[in-house]
Amino acid sequence: MFLINCPFCGEREQSEFKAGGEAHIVRPKQPTELSDDEWAEYLFMRKNIKGVQFERWNHVHGCRKWFNMVRDTSNDQIKAVYKMGEKPPVK
Amino acid sequence: MSNNLRFKTSKFIDETYRVSFKFNNKTYFGFKGDTLASALLANGIHLVGRSFKYHRPRGIMTSGSEEPNAIIQLHDNSSRTEPNVRATEVEIYEGLVASSQNCWPSVNFDIGGINNLLSPILPAGFYYKTFMWPASFWEKYEYFIRKSAGLGKSPKEADPDIYEHKYIHCDVLVIGAGISGIMAAKMAAKNGFKTLLVDEKSYLGGSSIYDNSEFSKINNQITSSWLEKEINEISKLENLEIKTRTSVAAFHGYNFLLARENLTDHLPINQRENKVRQRLLKIRAKKVITATGSIERPLIFDNNDRPGIMLSSAVKRYIDLYGVACGENNILFTNNDTAYETAMSLIQRGIKINAIIDNREQIDSKISYEVEKNNIKIYKGYTVVDTYGYRRINKISIMKLSKDGQTVIGDKTKLNCDCLGVSGGWTPAVHLFTQSGGKLKFREEDQVFIPNVYPSDQISIGSCNGDFGLEEIIKNTLSSIKKFLDIDNSEYKTVETISGLNQSKRNIWLLPSDKSIGKTKSFVDYQNDATAKDIKLALREGFRSIEHVKRYTTTGMGTDQGKLGNMHALGIISETAGTKMGEHGTTTFRPPYTPLTFGTIVGRNVGEFFDIFRRTPIHDWHVANNAEFENVGQWKRAWYYPKDNENMHQAVQRESKAARDSAGILDASTLGKIDIQGTDASEFLNRVYTNAWSKLAIGKCRYGLMLNEDGMVYDDGVTTRLGENHYIMTTTTGGAANVLGKLEDYLQTEWPELDVYLSSVTDHFATISVCGPNSKKIVSKVIPDLDLSDEKFPHMSFKNSKIDNIKCRIMRISFTGEHSYEINIQANFGKSVWEKCMEAGKDFNITPYGTETMHLLRAEKGFIIVGQDTDATLTPIDLQMDWIVSKKKYDFIGKRSLYRSDTIREDRKQLVGLLTENPEEVLEEGAQIVADIKKSPIEMLGHVTSSYYSPNLKKSIALGVVKGGKNMLGQKLIIPMENKNINVTVADPVFLDKEGERLNAKL
Repeated sequence: MFLINCPFCGEREQSEFKAGGEAHIVRPKQPTELSDDEWAEYLFMRKNIKGVQFERWNHVHGCRKWFNMVRDTSNDQIKAVYKMGEKPPVK
Repeated sequence: MSNNLRFKTSKFIDETYRVSFKFNNKTYFGFKGDTLASALLANGIHLVGRSFKYHRPRGIMTSGSEEPNAIIQLHDNSSRTEPNVRATEVEIYEGLVASSQNCWPSVNFDIGGINNLLSPILPAGFYYKTFMWPASFWEKYEYFIRKSAGLGKSPKEADPDIYEHKYIHCDVLVIGAGISGIMAAKMAAKNGFKTLLVDEKSYLGGSSIYDNSEFSKINNQITSSWLEKEINEISKLENLEIKTRTSVAAFHGYNFLLARENLTDHLPINQRENKVRQRLLKIRAKKVITATGSIERPLIFDNNDRPGIMLSSAVKRYIDLYGVACGENNILFTNNDTAYETAMSLIQRGIKINAIIDNREQIDSKISYEVEKNNIKIYKGYTVVDTYGYRRINKISIMKLSKDGQTVIGDKTKLNCDCLGVSGGWTPAVHLFTQSGGKLKFREEDQVFIPNVYPSDQISIGSCNGDFGLEEIIKNTLSSIKKFLDIDNSEYKTVETISGLNQSKRNIWLLPSDKSIGKTKSFVDYQNDATAKDIKLALREGFRSIEHVKRYTTTGMGTDQGKLGNMHALGIISETAGTKMGEHGTTTFRPPYTPLTFGTIVGRNVGEFFDIFRRTPIHDWHVANNAEFENVGQWKRAWYYPKDNENMHQAVQRESKAARDSAGILDASTLGKIDIQGTDASEFLNRVYTNAWSKLAIGKCRYGLMLNEDGMVYDDGVTTRLGENHYIMTTTTGGAANVLGKLEDYLQTEWPELDVYLSSVTDHFATISVCGPNSKKIVSKVIPDLDLSDEKFPHMSFKNSKIDNIKCRIMRISFTGEHSYEINIQANFGKSVWEKCMEAGKDFNITPYGTETMHLLRAEKGFIIVGQDTDATLTPIDLQMDWIVSKKKYDFIGKRSLYRSDTIREDRKQLVGLLTENPEEVLEEGAQIVADIKKSPIEMLGHVTSSYYSPNLKKSIALGVVKGGKNMLGQKLIIPMENKNINVTVADPVFLDKEGERLNAKL
């Protein structure tokens, strides 16, 4: 079970958090102008990387804030956490 | 008690404290400090169980948690009875009752033993191969297979014991209190680390604590004496917490570990009352030191499973620790020096050793010379080829090994014995290390897997790290702990060791026999009866992956998880397949290391604590008025209120009729309520609901439908505009938490520029809905000051008001299609306002109704229930709710998805009404809907989602989803049931008052 360093609250047990899928997928500003394929790309297509992955997490049983996490899925090492809207601190 | 098997011995046994216990209905005696296994052995009992598949007699094989054979049923009382308990771990107490498993009528005479004779036709994969044809017979086979499956019996009554969970945070966790664990704990604690030391046994010191041999010394002291002083010292350390009888079950990432602490299992039953039996420790350690030791390997030869065949280390532990001789005519069979230590322990007490069979040609260690000096015949370069004796071993035959160890040569010699101690060397207990994500490497010299890459701040020391010699263990423990904790090694200035053993070993995974492999039974997995022959068969049949071979042969799949034989399985596979060991890795080591009881896993979360109950502020009134309750999420909702022996149907019919004929009252407090404020609140609602919100006047209410981004209906409810920048949203009862989460997600991540604040106020308000033609009269009696005229208070509007000077919000909204009011008041006044309404409604036969009637009434009106009539595959268009989808709005969540190629298909499942040909026939919810019953296979068009008998329409009504249903109005369809086909007609989903006359009637 991870120990997650919530950017707002500090280190907490994983059981306080909820994973929210891939990060940095921006909702299109003008969805109506997208083709079916383009919309499907936004709606359905997610990466499932073995290695470094950018994820959204929510401190659901804590401050309820969403934030981003960089996690290596091959060994579950959390490389970084950062607030929504911030640039990832690592590549 | 057979006196010639018990010897004066260690301080671990209290010979002044006799303990009586029952095994298979017979009373025996042991001493305080005995395990069930040591007490049985002291009584001359080896045969304790039958194997799973062949029902072969099996005895005690080990002295610890790795035991595959001696698993027993503990307690005869049905609420406490526990199957698959390892006799080697049970500490005896006065009155203990245990019995053998998997045998009938008795362990000595077991009918199932016939399977052993049938074994030629019970090969690996027998079940897979045999019970495949004909497929339709599976149900018949299943009955018999289920009957023979499983070993022990599970309890049939509730567990009377108490369990609990506890969090522990520490700087350093040391797992295993053997010699290296003790040293590590001392070094950590003395250097200021808050340290926890755990061990699964009841005593500290591991196997060194009874090592009294002259052949292993530390600082010129006998190992056990040196260690006792160390234990004495650490037990006084303030920084160190020590927990015995505590077995680490799981080692997860980020140094999170689960351990089971056994608190009362060693006490007589009458001393356990009101005490916690087992505790699940949830340990978060900054650093973990694993010192779990190693497990002795058996040797794999023909008939290596007879009672009396044991690990040589177990023979040693039983005599050294418990003073119990496992046999009077012992033979040891080994490929390394370990068995000679056992020999010395037996020799010291004058217990007879007939011979030692050693695979090695050359043996060159002090201890082996000492054994030879005692006139014990050592057969060098020999192997056991067979054993004899049904319920207990009585003979073995041995032959000389060829140079390459692949065959046997020369004549067969038979030797008598009643106990055969075997040693195939040692396997580091790397289970916890690999559970944590650690990667192993294979060490060729002695054929062991050892830790290689650590995934977290942890280290393995001692024999679980592949250090087997005393000198190595101590030297490496000191240096690695010093480095790991970054400390000065001042605790141990010099530690000198002397060891009479050397580490040479002749490893042969499967020992050769004079018989062909097909005629042998060389067990690799004792508990599951998997033999070397089975593994070879699996390879011949094409299995290559170790994980596949494991499942096909069931090797390593018992309650012991193959702690003894898994290495041999790997060895036999690589030898047979001609691959290198380590190339294919190992099977996965999964938690728990040893089985956990369900009680430990569940802890205090049983009975009423299993899940949270949420009760409305009016709950007590419902209870007092005979309500039956329904679980909706965590809520307890009044379901219906039976009167005078009414059944559910009768009660619901009465409630439904009363609500439409006069007045009904519903506790709607469970509906989710979200307070929305901010200058962008209207814009926010525009984006999350399908319809438009900007023009909603203050004081008005509007129904909204919320979609997921994929266009599917997610939630619905009425939202009221309380002020310019203030709304209150209602959600479904079950969806409340998720809707709030979803709204927060969009606000924080997609639209952080919006000035909107959300607050869940579900629990702050009690919500009482009064409906029916007389609702207006009732509410006007409760709130006389409020103008309820249609002009001042029309449908879909809201008023602030007061009841007895307490502020409340009144909404004129309706989920029943009747004229109705919803009173929202601070939760703690809910019950009194409800009672006020009941009093005011007395003259109008006001009838409390529950969720079932609510469902019926809304179904008459064709109102959907999200989650019942929808299932995340229906768009508003599919629900024939096009009217609520704004065409003008530029965007809202899910809008773009409403015209994807898939969502605009005409043949999607669409919500329709269904009327049965026979108006008395009520459909089953979930029933399939078809058009052509003769077609094969029958095409399923959809299913029934809601179905009721309507007392107001005096006929059966139903809602359902049907492919292309929108265009099927009036069409006949069929609901095929088990015994009949029901004819239905597709109808408008609004069954009652489509024009809304009731809602708008002048009252």
